[in-house]
Amino acid sequence: MNRSRRIAMAAATTLVLSLAVSALLLWRIDTIRSTATLDDTIYLTSPKLLKRLSLGYNGLLADIYWTRAVQYYGAMHHSGGSDYKLLWPLLSLTAQLDPHFTRAYEFGGAFLAANPPNGAGLPDRAVELVEYGIRENPDNWHLYYDLGFIHYDLKNYPAAADAFLRGSKLPNAHPFLRTLAARMAEHGGDVDTARMMWTTTYENSPDKDIRDNALLHLRAIKVNQDVSTLEHLAEVYKENFKVFPQTFADMVVAGLLDGIPADPTGHEYKLEPGGKVIVSNPDELPFIVKGLPPGYVASGVLKSKPSK
Amino acid sequence: MNSRIWHIAANTFREAVRDRVLYNLIAFALLMSGAAVLVGQISIGIERLVVINLGLTAISLFGIVIAIFIGIGLVSKEIDKRTLYTVLSRPVQRWEFIAGKFFGLSGTLVVNTFFMAVGVFAALLYVSHRLTHADAGLLVALYFIILQFVIITALALLFSSFSSPLLSAVFAFSLFVIGSFAEDLRGFARLSHGITRWLATAAAYLIPNFSALNVISQVAHETGVSRQLIACNTAYAAVYTLAILSATALIFERRNLK
Repeated sequence: MNRSRRIAMAAATTLVLSLAVSALLLWRIDTIRSTATLDDTIYLTSPKLLKRLSLGYNGLLADIYWTRAVQYYGAMHHSGGSDYKLLWPLLSLTAQLDPHFTRAYEFGGAFLAANPPNGAGLPDRAVELVEYGIRENPDNWHLYYDLGFIHYDLKNYPAAADAFLRGSKLPNAHPFLRTLAARMAEHGGDVDTARMMWTTTYENSPDKDIRDNALLHLRAIKVNQDVSTLEHLAEVYKENFKVFPQTFADMVVAGLLDGIPADPTGHEYKLEPGGKVIVSNPDELPFIVKGLPPGYVASGVLKSKPSK
Repeated sequence: MNSRIWHIAANTFREAVRDRVLYNLIAFALLMSGAAVLVGQISIGIERLVVINLGLTAISLFGIVIAIFIGIGLVSKEIDKRTLYTVLSRPVQRWEFIAGKFFGLSGTLVVNTFFMAVGVFAALLYVSHRLTHADAGLLVALYFIILQFVIITALALLFSSFSSPLLSAVFAFSLFVIGSFAEDLRGFARLSHGITRWLATAAAYLIPNFSALNVISQVAHETGVSRQLIACNTAYAAVYTLAILSATALIFERRNLK
């Protein structure tokens, strides 16, 4: 082997070894700086200043801020976070940089309105964001629909009805808005209304994430109803046999159930002493209000994507 | 360092000085004195913060510009002037030439940084009327900035060993920008799935990590920098620079200079 070849071999070996060691060191640096690197900071909070600095490329800057908002939401949601303190400023900046960025209103409203760990729990901000979107995009009926939905979540049924009605008057609006407006005005708090709204969303939204979210809500409605029904049946069992059933099989034998009941994800419900019914996989049913195991704290992490 | 590398390094340093590289110190001095005098008149309570942020940022940017624009010409200029053939006709290995150039430019940047640091401390003394123990943290930030320069110098040399000066500058500067967002890239890798995750992770570990070497904000807010981070960053910069220099030596060794 000549000298040049030896040098080349030595350089190549050093290169490979050095890169491997540098990757290890980088991993170590990441663990040291884990808190610093994920520091929650927005250095520039003025949309006007940002617009000036973007030299007219504010559309691109809005895309970047939107991406950052999504990543922030995703990271917080993944870690089961309860304080989404940067979500509102990030969404507000995105919207003001590009007022026609309807995705920011559509998703941003949902992110802001949902309670932790599924969202920031800032419904007023959600309303403010979508109202801003409507002012900037008055012909987009989707935004009225989103606004109505947020008001509905806040149980402000007259405001929800008003939003749906305003949206229904647009020339290209979905005909269902008028029905929703009427329904909301008369039966705002009904379970049937909730089911109808989420079903409408599931069937009409072109976005998979929104449809997945609607599906989770529909499942939650189903579980809430199932739990109420099963607990009522357990009470009926007790009235007949003077004791609560030990298992669902007892209720099947008594003719109260046709089979062992399962939640919409396919997992069987659990019957607890005292006739209480709980779900076995609460993490996959993030919006349920009944059937939660005692002391359960939502992790905010879905183990699997919902499927119909 | 053997005497051949030392001689090439010393010549590179002299050449940089002759090229009036250190003239940037005048611009820096004007910037710092202007900031020190003006900032007190237009703001309240952030004089020290502004002097540190502005001073360290200026040191970093000035140094990066010098490292890139001098670094990209280190090899190509020697080839254009045909002085490289004279050097290599002597008992000098090609890798020794690369190492000498690297140490020469790094030395220039260290000297340049030293004078700029003196300027920052002088401006700080002017606005605060005294230096405190916390100001010693600036030395860590300055040290990390020098580590950045070392990596960028190596990168500029790497690109200069096989590309034209213009393209080398574009490559080196792009890599500096990408490296400054290295942590975001790793964050993106963590959030993605499948092949995207693998590719993003590989890219994140392959590109230089300049974000970990930037502690200017921390120092300005008097937040300490851990000894562990200093040790790891030092080791990282050394090993990564060694990797780039090895790649440069490898390319330059195989380059046909005829």
